Amino acid sequence: MRLILEVWRQASPQAQGHFEPYEIADAREEMSLLELLDRLNHQLIEANQDPVAFESDCREGICGTCGIDVNGTPHGPEDNVPACGQHVRSFHDGDTVRIEPFRAAGFTIIRDLIVDRTGLDRIIQAGGTVAVDAGTAMDADSVLVTHEQSEQALDFAACIGCGACVSACPNGAAYLFTGAKLKHLSLMPHGRMERGKRAVSMVAQMEHEFGPCSQIGECALACPAGVPLSAIATVNAERLRAMLRHRDN
Amino acid sequence: MAETDIDALRVVGREIDGHVPDVAPALAWEDRLLHYNLVNPSNRRGFTIIVVGTGLAGAAAAAALGELGYNVEVFTYHDMPRRAHSVAAQGGVNSPRSRKVDNDSIERFVKDTIKGGDFRGREADAFRLGQEGVRVIDHMQAIGAPFAREYGGQLATRSFGGVQVSRTYYTRGQTGQQLEIASAHALSRQVAAGTCHLHARQEMLDLIVKDGRACGIVVRDLVSGAVRAMTAHAVILATGGYGNIYYKATLAKNSNATAIWRAHKRGAYFANPAFVQIHPTALPLMSQWQSKKILMSESLRNDGRIWAPKAKGDTRDPNAIPEDERDYFLERRYPAFGNLVPRDVASRNIRERIDAGYGVGPLANAVYLDFRDAIGRLGRSVVRERYSNLFDMYTEQTGEDPFTTPMRIAPSVHFTMGGLWSDFDMMTSIPGLFVGGECGWSYHGANRLGANSLLSGCVDGWFTLPYSVPNYLAGYLGEPVLPLDDPAVTETLAEVEARTQRLTANKGIHGPDYFAERLGGILDVYASVSRNPADLPGAIREIRALRDQFWREVKVIGTADRLNQELETAGRVADYLELAELLVLDALDRDESAGAHFRTDHVTPDGEAMRDDDHWTFVSAWQAPPTTGPGAGKPIRNYEPLVFTAVPLQQRNYK
Repeated sequence: MRLILEVWRQASPQAQGHFEPYEIADAREEMSLLELLDRLNHQLIEANQDPVAFESDCREGICGTCGIDVNGTPHGPEDNVPACGQHVRSFHDGDTVRIEPFRAAGFTIIRDLIVDRTGLDRIIQAGGTVAVDAGTAMDADSVLVTHEQSEQALDFAACIGCGACVSACPNGAAYLFTGAKLKHLSLMPHGRMERGKRAVSMVAQMEHEFGPCSQIGECALACPAGVPLSAIATVNAERLRAMLRHRDN
Repeated sequence: MAETDIDALRVVGREIDGHVPDVAPALAWEDRLLHYNLVNPSNRRGFTIIVVGTGLAGAAAAAALGELGYNVEVFTYHDMPRRAHSVAAQGGVNSPRSRKVDNDSIERFVKDTIKGGDFRGREADAFRLGQEGVRVIDHMQAIGAPFAREYGGQLATRSFGGVQVSRTYYTRGQTGQQLEIASAHALSRQVAAGTCHLHARQEMLDLIVKDGRACGIVVRDLVSGAVRAMTAHAVILATGGYGNIYYKATLAKNSNATAIWRAHKRGAYFANPAFVQIHPTALPLMSQWQSKKILMSESLRNDGRIWAPKAKGDTRDPNAIPEDERDYFLERRYPAFGNLVPRDVASRNIRERIDAGYGVGPLANAVYLDFRDAIGRLGRSVVRERYSNLFDMYTEQTGEDPFTTPMRIAPSVHFTMGGLWSDFDMMTSIPGLFVGGECGWSYHGANRLGANSLLSGCVDGWFTLPYSVPNYLAGYLGEPVLPLDDPAVTETLAEVEARTQRLTANKGIHGPDYFAERLGGILDVYASVSRNPADLPGAIREIRALRDQFWREVKVIGTADRLNQELETAGRVADYLELAELLVLDALDRDESAGAHFRTDHVTPDGEAMRDDDHWTFVSAWQAPPTTGPGAGKPIRNYEPLVFTAVPLQQRNYK
């Protein structure tokens, strides 16, 4: 299969970027989009040209390292699938595929398709954690958790931290990411102890680096972990709860 | 094989001491804890500890040492700690909490672990793994991992390969993700508290050793390209396994051996490099461009039946092959364990069928894992509930539906039991250099049991290194870290710069991946599921020739003063080309079969791995070759004898 790739090339955060067209004459349906980029880089290296910088690691959908916008959609054409699970079979012979980095004010481009997503990690550092030191926890069987609650916590804890939600949002908001962590920890017995305090600190950090929620819901369609859209409502619900209660928990 | 062949390649060194307390193995850890030196809380911030890697073991060790009040410098080549490959473990984490009435216990856990490892791991370490493993679940649940719960509110467990009890705790098919994220977030808490300092996108390229002690590391900033040194009182490596040396493995693309290989070259012994686990149920390669292999959880073998056509080269649609023309070869050969034989046995048998011409799929490189009978017996909905995320993953990757077409699976390199040798305190042969997780060795012997790797990462990081590292530090109270202008620092920095310079200056013709692929091919043929000693000296010659070719012909596009992924790959491949030789040498040297190390000249009459306990009940601890003297250029194989008292030596039998 023949594909034309229009790939964003940018040498550094300060440099001016541009789309560069490339032809892949022997793309195959079973290639993932990352393998398509591998193929392109192989071609470029053979021709002594600078390969495209892009990130990936586990290539099985769980590490959250990969992230590219494909024809304007985070990760690629299929909903709720990370770039490593998106395949060339979604395209047709002769198609043009435009590949660019995740676009959001909160993500700086480092080089080509690589962006700085550490703003998400700073939201976690602000309070997405549980204040229990090693060795001090009580027996986990003495803390009862219903089957339903544990499964629900996992629905939100499944977030892989890729940042597709931010890129999908016209405002570059990190509500789905932040709400997923607030909800997950609010459903955990120990996590509940800092529920109010956490909501205040995480939301403040989120608003410091990312945009306001657009309430449109592209984030949940892009999310490779299938985090429920209700996570975005959690952000305001948890913040309001904390404002009204004035308590740590 | 003539005795002289191997003597031309290596020197037999000395017996080394694992520093296991001289008590019964079950009491060793308790005894060691009693005798450990402590550091007063007010003195802890005066000690700097470097942790390399933020997987389960690294993030946990950093967080726990930070919680205790030490100054911790944490390095990862990822953009965030949470990305480390621990995140990809699926099935679960073992813990011998023994709540059920299925007669589990710490002793039984140790027996399963030692026997599963074919008696080539250290017994006292396995006891510590079980003893500290009891509280892992409590801690991980407290810091945010939502373990599966029964309807009564208690923790749920499931069974895993090689055991007869139910001790595996899980969070759907993403247990590694939940444990990794919980640990990475605990590290984030210490970053916010100011005890841990995170250095992301920085890759360790060398170890600084002064007067025989580990004093720091050299790192390259992967964005700016700047190379710098950091010194500390102790260094912990938690940098994962070296399975990517086989080129296409189930490991993450960036997982590499550089940190441990550089440490080895600075004096750390390398234990059992030939012990590499080949997982039986990975997705087969479907095209030349497939960049890696993807694991499908071992749990699928609970309900899936593995078969190959009875006729060679049968290219019919699997559903068109009638029952009497299917060979359920694991059930045929191992009636007692059937499809649930341990990983090494399953992998060897699958590979044998494929190599004998019975492989299926477009590249004839797979066998079938068929759920037809399970769907018939249990119904579609039960099968969906048990395996939905795995089936979805299979469909996502292959475009095929396992409900209607049998899965195609093939063995893939997955885990390395070998790694840097360490004593009972997890300290390597370089004082001050510690290891945690897969980059070390010890528990898993010659074969790791499923769900024991998440456990070892948690136990090493949360509940072993926080005890043993302070014991070492206590002897250096009041000493400053090595100054950055010390010759040991500047010389190591200069060596790293020179190596980088050599790579970028080379005007070669092939990118580094070209060599990685060829090296993987050599190892796959000669040092994979079985090893024929007659072939191994030739494999070493091929590796040496490839290494020479690499340094002549490698091409690294771009400069070293910016983000340059080709340069990163080239450095890693250069190290693989050295480690591979040691791996094959170890396979040639270990004149027995044990677990995943299956030598074609050591086979029982019914085709199973045959150990030689009289001569090989020890861990090989390889020392880098001396540069001068009679043994110049030859690696030295030291040995730590293994003693089994709680679990007597016995032949494995899964028939």
